[in-house]
Amino acid sequence: MNRHVLLVEDEPNIVEAIRFLLTREGWTVDCHTDGTDAVETVQALRPDLLILDLMLPGKSGLDILRELRGISDFEHLPVLMLTARGQSRDRDMAERAGVSRFMTKPFSNIEVLTAVRDLVALAGRA
Amino acid sequence: MASFNTLVLVCLGYVMLLFIVAFVADRLAATGGDRWLRSPLIYTLSLSIYCTAWTFYGAVGYAARSGLEFVTIYLGPTLVMIGWWWGVRKLIRIGRSQRITSIADLISARYGKSNLLAVGVTVLSVIAITPYIALQLQSITLSFAVFSDGDELTNRDTTAFWAASGLAAFAILFGTRNLDANERHQGVVTVVTAVALEAVVKLVALLAVGIFVVWGVAGGVPDMLERIDASDIGRWQTDRSRWATIMFLAAAAFICLPRMFQVMVVENDDERHLQTAGWAFPLYLAAMSLFVVPIAVIGLDTLPEGSNPDLFVLTVPLSEGREGLAMFSFLGGFSSATSMVIVAAMALSTMVSNHIVMPIWLSLRGDGASVSGDVRSIVIFSRRLAIAGIMALGYTYFRASGGGAALAAIGLIAFAGIAQVLPALVGGLYWRGATRSGAAAGLLVGFLVWAYTLLLPETGSGILTAGVLEHGPLGLSWLRPHALFGIEGLDPIVHSVAWSLFLNTAVFCIISVSTFPGPLERLQGAQFVNVFEHSAAPKEWAGSYAQTEDLMIMTQRIMEAEQARALFRQGAGQQGQSGEMPEPTPAFLEFLERALSGSVGAATAHAMIGQIVGRSSVSVEDLLAVADESAELMEYSSRLGAQSAELSRTARQLREANEMLTQISEQKDAFLSQVSHELRTPMTSIRAFSELMRDTEALSEADQKRFANIIHDEARRLTRLLDDLLDLSVLESGKVNLNLNAGNLSEVMDQAVVTALTGSSNPIQVLREPGSADIGIHTDLDRLSQVFINIISNAQKYCDAETPELSITTSRNGEQIVIDFVDNGSGIPPEARAAVFEKFARVSADKAGGAGLGLAICREILQRLGGDVSYLDGHEGGAFRVQLPLNTNL
Repeated sequence: MNRHVLLVEDEPNIVEAIRFLLTREGWTVDCHTDGTDAVETVQALRPDLLILDLMLPGKSGLDILRELRGISDFEHLPVLMLTARGQSRDRDMAERAGVSRFMTKPFSNIEVLTAVRDLVALAGRA
Repeated sequence: MASFNTLVLVCLGYVMLLFIVAFVADRLAATGGDRWLRSPLIYTLSLSIYCTAWTFYGAVGYAARSGLEFVTIYLGPTLVMIGWWWGVRKLIRIGRSQRITSIADLISARYGKSNLLAVGVTVLSVIAITPYIALQLQSITLSFAVFSDGDELTNRDTTAFWAASGLAAFAILFGTRNLDANERHQGVVTVVTAVALEAVVKLVALLAVGIFVVWGVAGGVPDMLERIDASDIGRWQTDRSRWATIMFLAAAAFICLPRMFQVMVVENDDERHLQTAGWAFPLYLAAMSLFVVPIAVIGLDTLPEGSNPDLFVLTVPLSEGREGLAMFSFLGGFSSATSMVIVAAMALSTMVSNHIVMPIWLSLRGDGASVSGDVRSIVIFSRRLAIAGIMALGYTYFRASGGGAALAAIGLIAFAGIAQVLPALVGGLYWRGATRSGAAAGLLVGFLVWAYTLLLPETGSGILTAGVLEHGPLGLSWLRPHALFGIEGLDPIVHSVAWSLFLNTAVFCIISVSTFPGPLERLQGAQFVNVFEHSAAPKEWAGSYAQTEDLMIMTQRIMEAEQARALFRQGAGQQGQSGEMPEPTPAFLEFLERALSGSVGAATAHAMIGQIVGRSSVSVEDLLAVADESAELMEYSSRLGAQSAELSRTARQLREANEMLTQISEQKDAFLSQVSHELRTPMTSIRAFSELMRDTEALSEADQKRFANIIHDEARRLTRLLDDLLDLSVLESGKVNLNLNAGNLSEVMDQAVVTALTGSSNPIQVLREPGSADIGIHTDLDRLSQVFINIISNAQKYCDAETPELSITTSRNGEQIVIDFVDNGSGIPPEARAAVFEKFARVSADKAGGAGLGLAICREILQRLGGDVSYLDGHEGGAFRVQLPLNTNL
């Protein structure tokens, strides 16, 4: 089972950690650090799962998510959103924008793996 | 002695003369030849109804009993005419502009057309004047008795009855021929003319007796003076409080007595007549009093002991055998009595009819004045009935009292009663704050005290028992009628007047101050107090829907049809129309109301027009008019305006403060959110990599070392962030301690370059002009160094040139040092330049360890040191300019 994940995150050390974690689980991990052309990158790579940081240079994670949900191909793309801001308002807005799972930094590795497995299972059933 | 029949014939003849005079005056008025009848002379003479039979007969008796005190009765009116003529003028002006018909109408009109007050004044007047009328009957009866020889007792009541009936008929014939008491028509002219004739008769009669006494009985002036000196009259003790009180009472009565008000205000034709009356009337009074003392002295000298001094004017000529002179003197007394009774009955009947009978009749009808019925005949009938009733009261009182009390005493009691109107009257003329409640309460209290302390004890014949007089009611000695609150030893008149007027005035003032006048009261108050400012424009009917036909029908029921049509023609003419149907404009309604109030009184006229116009109460427009008129309201509203302006100012300040707080609160939230982000990001890396090291089996040694390094770097990043945050919060709070020292700029710069670039594998090339920074400064050297390190580190971090270079140039501009840091990288995009000094500002995506607080801290430091840092435009690379004073002063 070769699964493909796209990680859009501007903090290099966090990218490094997640890449290490998911690669060991058998995922193919692609990374992207800029918000500006993130949507185009998703369209080009067509990942099975998107991990999206909220605060990105160029374009915010929320805007990227809204644009993706407007494209029919990505209406049901599982999206795991990460944020370092501890505000409940962000979670509300993300849920309204159609996020699949929302996670606040710092998180435990197990949480990330569980979330990723759950999302894949849900997508498989759908 | 003349027979009774002769006397009756003389009286009838005299009355016939009056009728002829009245008839001639009538004719003259009808043909417009009555100009001389409206002269100041006639006005002055008409004022002489002040001198009644009491004055004619009683003054001599008064002098015989109490010496010169009788003069006070003449001094009071003299003081008013000389010392208060402007007040009288104000009354006359108000009377004209408000179409006042009586003193009761005046008080009612002043206090918001209150009929209750009018009824009060009317009742008080009737009660006070009834004994006074009885007094006139008594004087006629006594004077008849002097001439007649018959059985005095049987004659007395009969004489009084016929005198009362005759006077009533006379008053009805004279006084109610024309309805509009204030219209300048025949009826009034006849009354005034007749009164003026009587004034001449009584003056000439008294002078004739006086001259006879001085030159006929005594031997001329010197002899007369000697006899006066020899008599007791010259030696009477004067009681000062009594003098002052009686003088005051006479003055008050001169203004307040209904008959005086009638001739002085209501019948006044021209305000300017007052100028003549001001000196001529005191002269008349002086002439009336000229021979009082001689007649009294001769009477006491020549007549037998026990003769009634009140009748000396008759008995002295009779005893000398001068029957003709005595008869003339009798006519003088008779004319004094008739003129007083006629005018008093007219005035009182107007009051009773307008304020008691008409309101009752109107309210009984309930459907207003315009539907049916003839108001005009009702008014005339009620006035005639009132005259008859008043005369009947006077006669009844005369019979009941037995005619015993001395004439002068009754006169003074009436004066004291009617003087209770004075506070409400004078207060109403000069004090806008006077209210209806105050006037009513003062009047009531004054009336009760007067009745209790003077009227009942002196004339009430048995209503108050001797026990009450002696020990007070229920044994309460402080309530004794002649010693209220235990103040004893005063003359009853002085005592009563002092207490009644004091309590009256006090209650009037206190209640007025503590109550609020209604809109109409306010309006009328302004009209009265400032009558000279807007007597041409009394209050208005605003926004009316009246039908002219209805008004015409109503007016015809009050006035004669021809008179009403003339009135309407005049109204139409004023509007520039022909015919008899003027538009019901406010001006016309006001004109009509004034005209009608002359017939039925101000309150009734207001109510009648109000019913037709469809508004019985006051409209918003009226209220606005009140507001316009009343300076008090203006002040009040301007105070309110100021308050509301202040309130809105406060509200605006609060709103601004609230906006600022909201903004600050938002900034704080944003800041906390940023701090949270900056703290969580390194923590995430630390947690992730420490878990990987813990949980991953067989981790390669290279990975282990790499992960440990990452954890270490992120931990240091956290520490730096916390340091910066603390530094910034200290700087921003202003609690930073600056450590000022002298030093050299060049040395500080050297140290900063070394510190910033130490440990860097590829240090940026720093270019400096040798010696240019060799400047002595006095500042916080460590903080300045921190700024330089920050700027140089930023250049080291962000300069993206292949061979990065930073040139530092220093120049001095007076007391200022300017240091520019320019690198050869790509610089900061123009749109981001303004934000670089904000907290957590970050331009590049590459975060080489900074939290974005460095430049914010630099700016804070330099501002503390008296300088600044700014981005320097016009360079390709990153460029910052630091400005610094040579000397930092705290």
